Parts: sequence; C-alpha cells; structure tokens
Amino acid sequence: MARDTGLPIGAQFTHCYDEFVLDVDLALPAKGVTVLYGQSGSGKTTLLRCLAGLMHAPGGTLSIGGDQWQGDEVFVPTHKRPIGYVFQEPSLFEHLTVEGNLSYAQKRIDLADFSRSVLSSKEVIELLGIENLLQRKPNQLSGGEKQRVSIARALFSQPELLLMDEPLASLDTQRKREILPYLERLRHELEIPIIYVTHSIDELSRLADWVVVLDKGRVVADGSLADVLTALDSPLQLDDAGVVLETTILAREAQWALLRVGFSGGELLLADNGRAEGETLRVRVDARDVSLTLSQHTDTSILNVLPATVIEISACLSQGAVLVKLCLDHQSTAAFDESKVMDEQSKASRDSGEMLLSRITRRSADYLELAVGSQVWAQIKSVAVLR
Amino acid sequence: MDENLAAIWLTLRLAATVTLVLLLVGTPIAWWLARTRVWFKGAIAAIVALPLVLPPTVLGFYLLLTMGPNGPIGALTQSFGIGLLPFTFWGLVIASCFYSLPFVVQPLQNAFEAIGERPFEVAATLRAGPWDRFASVALPLAKPGFITAAILGFAHTVGEFGVVLMIGGNIPGVTRVVSVQLYDHVEALDYGQAHWLSGALLLFSFVVLFSLYTFNRHASSSVGPRV
Repeated sequence: MARDTGLPIGAQFTHCYDEFVLDVDLALPAKGVTVLYGQSGSGKTTLLRCLAGLMHAPGGTLSIGGDQWQGDEVFVPTHKRPIGYVFQEPSLFEHLTVEGNLSYAQKRIDLADFSRSVLSSKEVIELLGIENLLQRKPNQLSGGEKQRVSIARALFSQPELLLMDEPLASLDTQRKREILPYLERLRHELEIPIIYVTHSIDELSRLADWVVVLDKGRVVADGSLADVLTALDSPLQLDDAGVVLETTILAREAQWALLRVGFSGGELLLADNGRAEGETLRVRVDARDVSLTLSQHTDTSILNVLPATVIEISACLSQGAVLVKLCLDHQSTAAFDESKVMDEQSKASRDSGEMLLSRITRRSADYLELAVGSQVWAQIKSVAVLR
Repeated sequence: MDENLAAIWLTLRLAATVTLVLLLVGTPIAWWLARTRVWFKGAIAAIVALPLVLPPTVLGFYLLLTMGPNGPIGALTQSFGIGLLPFTFWGLVIASCFYSLPFVVQPLQNAFEAIGERPFEVAATLRAGPWDRFASVALPLAKPGFITAAILGFAHTVGEFGVVLMIGGNIPGVTRVVSVQLYDHVEALDYGQAHWLSGALLLFSFVVLFSLYTFNRHASSSVGPRV
C-alpha cells in the first residue's frame, strides 16, 4: 500500500521492465504542479505512463482522491481515467484539423463533466493562443504551435489530473521561451493537479510547487520545492544550488527603476520589470550569488542584505567550497499579503522560516568561524526573476 | 463479340465481389498481424503470403480437392444443401479470395504498422475505447492502405487464369472469365478477337497501375505503403 501521509494522490509501483527497475512509493498533493525531475533513464516517463495506465506495473497501487485506479483487483484502463496527457512529441492526429483534434477530445467526455469544467473551451483556446490555427492541418503548424494545440486538446477532455511528459524537450530554445509563459498561466488558472516530467532545472524552478527527484527508478528526494532545494544532501546540489522565493510586489521605486518585493523572509529590491504592485513574482537566488558577512556593511554596493542564522553547513563540495543553509530572521511584514502565494505545503516550510543557500569557500567558512547558530548578514548579489 | 462482353461482365462481377469479401476478411487479419507479438505470427504471415509464390494451379488443385465431393468443404456444402462449389460462380469467388489474399492483407498490414503505437495511446488518453480507437484512428490513418489494397485485390483477380481453369472450368456466363475467353480465342486461332481482348486487358492493367502510382505519390506523407 502507498504510505498514508494525508496527501491525496498515492502511487506505489515496483516492477522490472527488462533491465530497468521502477521502485517508487509516493504521496503527492492534489493541487499545484508536481515536477518529476531526473536525468534520462531515471524512470520519470515510465512512472508517468504507469499513472496514465499506458503501462501496467502488476502489483502496484494508485489512488487519486478517493478513486482507486489500480489495486489488487483493479486496473482502470487509460480511456476510463479522467486524465489529460501531453506527450513529449506533439502527437496530433494528422488526419484532422486543429479544430478536429480539439473536438475529438470534447466529443468523448460525458456531458455531466462540463458542469465540473475548470475552463471553458473558449478560455482554453484563448489561454494557449491558438484562435488563428483552428482550421489548419497539423503539418501546417510549427513545433511550438503543435505542442500548444496538444496541451489545449488535453484540457478539452476536462481532466481531473494533467500529466505532461517533457512537453518542451522536443523544442528549440526559442520555442521553449514561446511556450513557458502559457504553461505558467495554466498553472495559475487550473484547479487540478499537474504532474510535469522534466530534466531541466530551469523548468523545475519556474513551475514546481512539489518536487520528486528520481534516479535509476527510485525516489531520491521528494517534498515541497523549498524543502527539496534547500536540503544540503539533495541530489540537486551541484553547481546549480539555489532557492526559489515567492514574493509580492510591495512598491515601485520609480526614481531608481527598482521594485521592492516582500516575502516571508524579508524584502528585496529588484530591477523594475514593469509588473504592477500587488502581483506575485517567483524569483531564484543562486547559492553562488550569496556571500556572508559577520557585521552589517552599510558601505556596500549590494542592495539586498538580509540578517540570517546559520542552520547547517554542508560537507566540503568540490573545489574547496561549502554550502551554508541560512534561516532568514525577518518575520512577515504587515504589508506582505500572505494569502496570495500560500498553499499548504509552502506554508509548512515557511513556518520553519524562509531558507537561503550560500556557496562560499571552506577557507571563508573557517575564517569567519561559521557554525550552526552563527548570526550573519547574507549579501545577495543578484536575483533572477523566474516569472 | 457478345461472348467477349459476357466474359468481361463476369470478370468485373467476380473481381468486385472478391475485393469486397477480402476487404472485410483481410482487415481483421491485417490488423492482427500488425499488432500481435505471438510466436506463431510468422507462420500465419507465411500462409497468407503463399499465393504470391505458389503456382496458381497448385492452389487450384488443393481447392478443387477440398471443395470437391470427398473434401471437407465439399461435405460441408453438401450437408447444407448448397451442392458442390467447383464450377460455380461462388466456387470461383472463394478460390479467388485465397488467390488474392496477400494483395489485400499486405498493404493493409503495412498501413496499420506505419501508424505506430502513439496515436492509439493519444486516443486512449482522450477517452477513446478500443473499438472507438480502431474506427476513429486506425481506419482514417490507414486510408491510403485501403485504397491500395482494393485496387491490387481487384486487378489481381481480373488477371487470374490458372486457379479459374482448375476450379471453374470454362462455362460461358458462369465461369468463363476474360483470361479464359482469351485462351479460347487463341486455341481457335481467332487472333482478331484475341487482339481485342488482350488490348483491353493491357489498357486496363496500365490504367490501374498508373492511377495507383499517381495516387501513392500524392497520398499524404509516409502513411501509405509503397507498391
């Protein structure tokens, strides 16, 4: 049985496929984006296909909400599961127009499902910007357009669970940039859980609420985005260690062309990107862009300096560097509108304080005599706005 | 001349019936061959392909025996009160179906195989059940294969000779098809009539193959099998 954690999607599969062994026991949230992350061959696509019923791992169990999709006596076939599936290659029906592809999905759902629909067909078409493509055949579309139609088609079947298998992997950088904003809007608009497979740390940072890291068919880390990113023993901690922060725009400092944003760990100043006050921004702070001082420097060009407490120091990484995990001391400001960005998981991680990672040399760590509990100032050299 | 027209009409009737029967029978066989992974698939595929290499007279000989009064099919048809099939139109239809089977099954099988697994997986995630997937994905995507199969099945039946002679003999209006009629003309040294029929068959065959190749070149993408 899948372990009981109170999370509504329970999946347990143990099965050999030729040389490959899939061995997972997961509980996933019923809301937001869960990213299945791993290198190729880690089993993320196999896991996704088991969730869809496209592969059958005998002996596995799968329950979504209260519904049992797979169990000892049960195996609900794919066409009876209320899912949407976006394949890595767009996979449109070549013999149908874009409109035909969309109505293929629409014709096959119970009319009763319409009452539960999260988005109307008109909204889906607008959301993905495919109004002008409806009469075309798939072979008249670009790769990016095809993939947008595929996503729309998956939404037209009114899924209760959206599964996406590296929807950007077959596209070049330009097309990726073209589609990512649509995915982010989707994440924002949809009430249903999305399970998203990728091997890109960038897509993970931009989209994930919950992360499952797979390696050789096994789960090596899972939890909320913040928890997984700040776990020092996490398999993600190579060169791209860093944290992702959900912030709200508090004010525009027009004379400096800066935005002041708040989050539960304090406030930051960012370059003005034209977004309105009150909007939420997801930003990423890389560990290598955070340096530490013992006293507050006021004579520095660095804008963002936050007080913090050292809560963990990693073993030596390569090249004489260590990762320092910091808890930001600042508590929520009154101006910070907590309801906007919170869901249950991120609230839980926030109760234990917002985390930062800093990558410094071992020499500096020794020199500053850093230890668990040390009070420091974190100087943040740069902040990347993800969305 | 009336005999020639009767032979042509009989041939067209035979070929149309055989094509229709073969599309109905050949589609499930081709679908099964395209999708199955059982170990005896090779054996079934070989049996289907046998008429490609077998002299038609061999096929005709065995069919004559099985459909004759002492053969299993003959016993069956007699017990149903149909009588015996050899030297009748329906006997010819059954024999021709065996003879033209690979020309219908193989293009269909190629077309089904060319579709691949993905469109069916997509259809399943869009709530299409197995029969729905066959009707809404397999049939339309295999359309070029169906056209090729129908043309080849029809044309090949028109051109048969050996099997007809073994099973059907030479009964005017019942089993005397164009190729047999032509043989009769040559036997009788009636070269004028023979020219007339041969020319018609030659033209027919050319038009069929020409339209098939033209169609295949225009058929969308790689879905259609090549002949």
